[in-house]
Amino acid sequence: MNDQRRVVIVGAGPAGVRAAETLVAAGIKPVVLDENARWGGQIYRQPPVNAGFERSKQTLYGFEARKADALHATMAALLPHLDYRPDTLAWACAPGRLDTLHAGRETGVPFSHLIIASGATDRILPVPGWTLPGVYTLGGAQVALKSQGCAIGRRVVLAGTGPLLYLVAYQYVKAGAHVAAVLDTSALSQQMAAAPKLALQPATFAKGLYYVGWLKTRGVRIERNVTLVGIEGGRHVSGITWQGARSGAPNETLDCDAVGLGFGLRPETQLADLAGCRFRFDAQNRCWLPELDAGGRSSVPGIYLAGDGAGIAGADAAELAGRRTALALLDDLGVAHPHGQSMPDAATLDRRLQRIAVFRAGLEAAFAPPARAASQWPDTMTVCRCEEVDAGTLRQCIRSGAAGEINRLKALTRVGMGRCQGRMCGEAALALLSTETGKPLEAVGRLRSQPPVKPIPMSPALYTEGVTEIPEDARDE
Amino acid sequence: MNKPVHYDVAIAGGGLVGASSALALAKSGLRVGLFERRFCGAQASGVNYGGVRCQGRPVEQMPLAMRARRVWDRLPDLIGIDGEFVVSGHLRLARSEADLAALESWAQMARQHGLDPQLISGETFRRRYPWLGAAAIGGSLCASDGHANPRLVSPAFARAARAAGAEVREQTELTDIRHDGTRFHLSAGDLRFTADWLINSAGAWANKVAASFGETVPLKPIYPNMWVTEPLPLFITHNLGVYGGGIYARQVARGNCVVGGGRGHGDGEYGQPSTETTRAVMRDACALLPALRDALLIRTWSGVEGETPDSNPIIGASRTVPRLLHAFGFSGGGFLLAPGVGEVLADLVVHGSTATPLEAFSIERFTSVPTPSLHAL
Repeated sequence: MNDQRRVVIVGAGPAGVRAAETLVAAGIKPVVLDENARWGGQIYRQPPVNAGFERSKQTLYGFEARKADALHATMAALLPHLDYRPDTLAWACAPGRLDTLHAGRETGVPFSHLIIASGATDRILPVPGWTLPGVYTLGGAQVALKSQGCAIGRRVVLAGTGPLLYLVAYQYVKAGAHVAAVLDTSALSQQMAAAPKLALQPATFAKGLYYVGWLKTRGVRIERNVTLVGIEGGRHVSGITWQGARSGAPNETLDCDAVGLGFGLRPETQLADLAGCRFRFDAQNRCWLPELDAGGRSSVPGIYLAGDGAGIAGADAAELAGRRTALALLDDLGVAHPHGQSMPDAATLDRRLQRIAVFRAGLEAAFAPPARAASQWPDTMTVCRCEEVDAGTLRQCIRSGAAGEINRLKALTRVGMGRCQGRMCGEAALALLSTETGKPLEAVGRLRSQPPVKPIPMSPALYTEGVTEIPEDARDE
Repeated sequence: MNKPVHYDVAIAGGGLVGASSALALAKSGLRVGLFERRFCGAQASGVNYGGVRCQGRPVEQMPLAMRARRVWDRLPDLIGIDGEFVVSGHLRLARSEADLAALESWAQMARQHGLDPQLISGETFRRRYPWLGAAAIGGSLCASDGHANPRLVSPAFARAARAAGAEVREQTELTDIRHDGTRFHLSAGDLRFTADWLINSAGAWANKVAASFGETVPLKPIYPNMWVTEPLPLFITHNLGVYGGGIYARQVARGNCVVGGGRGHGDGEYGQPSTETTRAVMRDACALLPALRDALLIRTWSGVEGETPDSNPIIGASRTVPRLLHAFGFSGGGFLLAPGVGEVLADLVVHGSTATPLEAFSIERFTSVPTPSLHAL
């Protein structure tokens, strides 16, 4: 490949690795940018080299150990055939070029074709006390276990909703941690109603049921259809309070020293936004997503998306979508698809992805985030922790009529303007805006991304080669 | 079709110029309609750097700048908020003896307009500003200057205008603008309006309005590049600029450092920050403000602004149509001026003249067409 083609993949999780595998099999040598130190993504995250502890893949990944091992092995075998750049943050994207940060140095990475497989983060909805030390996201609780071999506390409550709630509880108890309770804001009836769709992926569905059953036999308390009232504590988490499902049920408080909180996942779409991809509102993901065709092509020629960053569908779907997107890219390059037993064709991939999509719709219905939560948030509760904006400030701004759109609300109150750039608080601000205005989520706007995707240090600019001078005609005062 | 709504004054463009004009005119008792195709104060007026500075302006802008600066002292009375306006002083830095001499000669000019910039250099300068890098050898401090938060100030002028009786129509794009010899006829989709006066304050898009009357000017869209750090301990005590330009910086009460310099890019409709420019300004900012070296940058942005060939705005009467007033092309320096421009335009509408000299801002310098008088064709 000595031509102008330069394929870059952002992400080395299930989608990124399978896309890379497909491209390499077709004779292309992609650049793979990985924000993590080792490949595997979030779900198949590997502990650091020389972590100081040994945990087998069976322990780390449970039922998924075989898949994790396969993905890790695939990438390890690919390393000589691609340009793998770990610990590399892609922080901006312009036509034909990514800006990256690695080891205190800035590097521009040009591309002719880009696959964004940037994955997902936890969907956070605040509850009073959520900013106390000792509160983690569910994903963060899982990372602590996978990557550092430790639990987030000695007496842990896992709260919120979503399949991750039960998986993390299972992994924690299995690892010997004490899980005091699992508090699910979704009702069992919601999950039963979704069962026909969930049964389309019988193995995955069975795993979910297994986790719940397993936790129950270990005596882990599971409460469903709860309303989270607040996380207690002065300088640190000391307990959690919720209200049960029964009408008029009294508040209950349980002592704990850590809470894992999450309400499903949200796609990381900032790079696609910065690249200028067109977005559409997706009701299932309750957010705006890049418009894609079946091959993962965005509205910008040469830019593709695969995996949870394109819409939450889970790790199995991400592997399929990674392959599928790579095939579309090969089509666009006019390069023949690779053949082989481990290389399913596009039609097969599409069929499998379709089955997972129906299952996914069931899952989102089974674990929908609490619809009325925003109306119950007290005025004094922090919504945006970076900029310390509370719910009352947002309500006041919205009720005054000054803001009926999310970017306007951001401009006037600073919500989403801090270090996280709305990645953590954006969902909550949108939910509050939607609740207050009575308008559906899709009618209150989309939080625009600005570079950097995550905060970047100043000093690399001092050491980076080829920093340009500000031109004479642009030297404003 | 319904009878068109009639205004004494229609204003095209809900930026700070349009909104402050609407406020001043509504307070004079006139019926005002302010048209903004998006949200008021959400373009250059709302996303600019936030400098409120008389220092460094060319002599022809001084009377307008001094008048505008007085308006800033009345913000809470005028718009109900202080807009985070801080009279921090503006320190304009010199990197050479020649720069210092230029600052001194500017100061002599400014003294005739009632400013009293203070020149500082040598040991005194170093002792007073230990947080500045060695490249700065001195500076001129204009104590009455400061900075404010554009995101708050500009929308607040529009809200105040509405409260004063102006009809503020956001998300309402004017699709047709005509003059029938007597009055203006405006369309926004199915809506029809008439007006005796029209103010063109459409910023980077003002040439569209001017073109309706055969009066386009050489206006170039520019995209100033800006960024902000995470909150840091307070250390930048003034609004900072550099003689000859390059970068400018201020620190807000929350601790974030807002730094601008160079240009992003855009398509005339939207501006995007440029990572190359950001890197260049990061490097220069670290040299000027060494404490920034370990800081994190959390956001970069840009906006669309109109620049004229001489970097002076166009303010005043049209040369082709009576009762059409232009106020655009502020070339990146309009935030301080805009509230004053609103008063000046209200003078022109209400009294037919203003005490603030506008000759240097005449549209005539870019066009050469016959000149009708202000009130009659």
